[in-house]
Amino acid sequence: MSAPAGRIDFGARVIVVRRGPVALRFRMRTALVCLALGAATLAVSLVALCLGDLPLSVPEVISVFLGRQSGIVETVVLDWRLPRVLGAAVFGAALGVSGAIFQSMTRNPLASPDIIGLTAGSYAGALIVIIVLGGGTLPITIGALLGGLVAAALVYLLAYRQGVQGFRLIIVGIGISAMLGALSTYLVLRARLEVAMTAAIWGAGSLNPVGWPQLLPPLVVIVLVFVALTVLVTPLRQLELGDDAASSLGTRLEPARLGLVVCAVALTAVVTAAAGPIAFVALAAPQIARRLTRSAGVALAPSGFLGAFVLAGSDIVAQHALAMPLPVGVVTVVIGGGYLIWLLIHEARRRL
Amino acid sequence: MTTAPEFRLGADAVTVGYDRRIISRDLSVQIPDGSFTVIVGPNACGKSTLLRSLSRLITPTAGQVVLDGRSIASFKSKEVAQVLGLLPQTALAPDGITVADLVARGRHPHQGLMRRWSVADEDAVLAAMAATGITDLSGRLVDELSGGQRQRVWVAMVLAQQTPLLLLDEPTTFLDIAHQIDLMELFTDLNEQGSTLVAVLHDLNQAARYGTHLIAMKDGRIVAEGAPAEIVTAELVEEVFGLSCLVVPDPVTGTPSVAPIGRVRVRAS
Repeated sequence: MSAPAGRIDFGARVIVVRRGPVALRFRMRTALVCLALGAATLAVSLVALCLGDLPLSVPEVISVFLGRQSGIVETVVLDWRLPRVLGAAVFGAALGVSGAIFQSMTRNPLASPDIIGLTAGSYAGALIVIIVLGGGTLPITIGALLGGLVAAALVYLLAYRQGVQGFRLIIVGIGISAMLGALSTYLVLRARLEVAMTAAIWGAGSLNPVGWPQLLPPLVVIVLVFVALTVLVTPLRQLELGDDAASSLGTRLEPARLGLVVCAVALTAVVTAAAGPIAFVALAAPQIARRLTRSAGVALAPSGFLGAFVLAGSDIVAQHALAMPLPVGVVTVVIGGGYLIWLLIHEARRRL
Repeated sequence: MTTAPEFRLGADAVTVGYDRRIISRDLSVQIPDGSFTVIVGPNACGKSTLLRSLSRLITPTAGQVVLDGRSIASFKSKEVAQVLGLLPQTALAPDGITVADLVARGRHPHQGLMRRWSVADEDAVLAAMAATGITDLSGRLVDELSGGQRQRVWVAMVLAQQTPLLLLDEPTTFLDIAHQIDLMELFTDLNEQGSTLVAVLHDLNQAARYGTHLIAMKDGRIVAEGAPAEIVTAELVEEVFGLSCLVVPDPVTGTPSVAPIGRVRVRAS
């Protein structure tokens, strides 16, 4: 049962769903934006499945999913292209959500995991594993996760002074990020040539190495984190009101913060482990999504859908737009850079 | 909530402070049920600290805050939030939030994972907006409102919480005199409808006029408490604020009213 308009004017159309124990309220615009972005991501992903050395038509790709194809076409679509395409969408969503969590908690659009050192921490952690232990999907994932958590803990401790205030967190984060970047550079310089080459390509952020074995572990983690976030999203919304209001409305501040930070770090870390540090998606997706949905604060779901769309689209550009395939991180840097310039000009015009 | 003690909220020999700095030591207080209790005192006398410990925002290092006969620390966060609402001094409205959306955030203690917008939630938000006179602003952005309107929205959010006890931390600061009186009358209405209110106020005359129970604090201690008509005297004001004054009946209500003496100057007109 859904009522198009309730008795309360929320300043925007809302959908209210009440059935049995379920009673939910959504903003119509947010729901539509999510739906549109989801459809767009699906379309982009379909196109990505068609493109490559063996060009396929959309009906051909669809027939593979319906089980009507076999042989080389099935292998190309399901075994070669699908993990990468799925990875692009899921990793993009993970980065978008991770950025949204940090930006919401710190109330600052600059506080995304790629700026405040978490991505750098995951990258350094993964590099150490590659150089010292020689690699392997699971060890690299664990290394990235630990690196991300250590960086988060470092930033948190250094920025802590009777609570963590957003701006101090960002400044400390940028410092930690730079130091970890230096550590990573040192590690690469000291490594054997082949290892250094692999590390350098991976370090730009690339979906090239993503096949099913590389995709499944992060996919499982990301799905689990998304499930946890359906519970944690409420405390996140309450935290936006300030600590006193959130606390007096029944939110336990420290457990909520810890859970949210662990979720956000886990999302960035598994993506970094699988595809390297992909820049700017976590930074840009939440803010673009906010402008599209005109929602209050930074919303998780639209940020996730937008991140998925941006990364899926960027990967097509990275693979097929130029004569030579590029790492997708290069494309997201260009898109994200463009976004930053737009944001700065827009904000400057608005204020002057 | 089966027994009905004469007070539901109180502090039992609490020592409270921030970090290692102790503000109040061994402080005991009981909030009379059904009262509009007002805490007054000079800056840094510990009145906000007392309010914050009553609302469990800070944990006493010794003693305990008691709610319904039990230590408040033994309740779940949401259980406390169903009984005790707080209008904090600093609350932040997320960018781009509308009035109704913000008021609806007050329903959090009554909501579950899948039950986030029940008919009861809707009723409570409607009632809270009606009580504070902001129904017409419902769809507006909070950022666009005036200070007085915005404070009413925050009060509505706390009312939507539907708690029998309401704590107000300097609710009228930053408002002009008309909006202050407006808000104080609203609180009086709520009190007459059965809510127990505890407010920290700076204005002694308003405290004496609207409060039914006054707590005067100085240096972390309670100097006097009781009905305003009984305890507000020139001696008390001198003792608590170090201000010599005359206490005269308020020409409108007859409640005690404080006229500071200072260095008397009469300007020729």
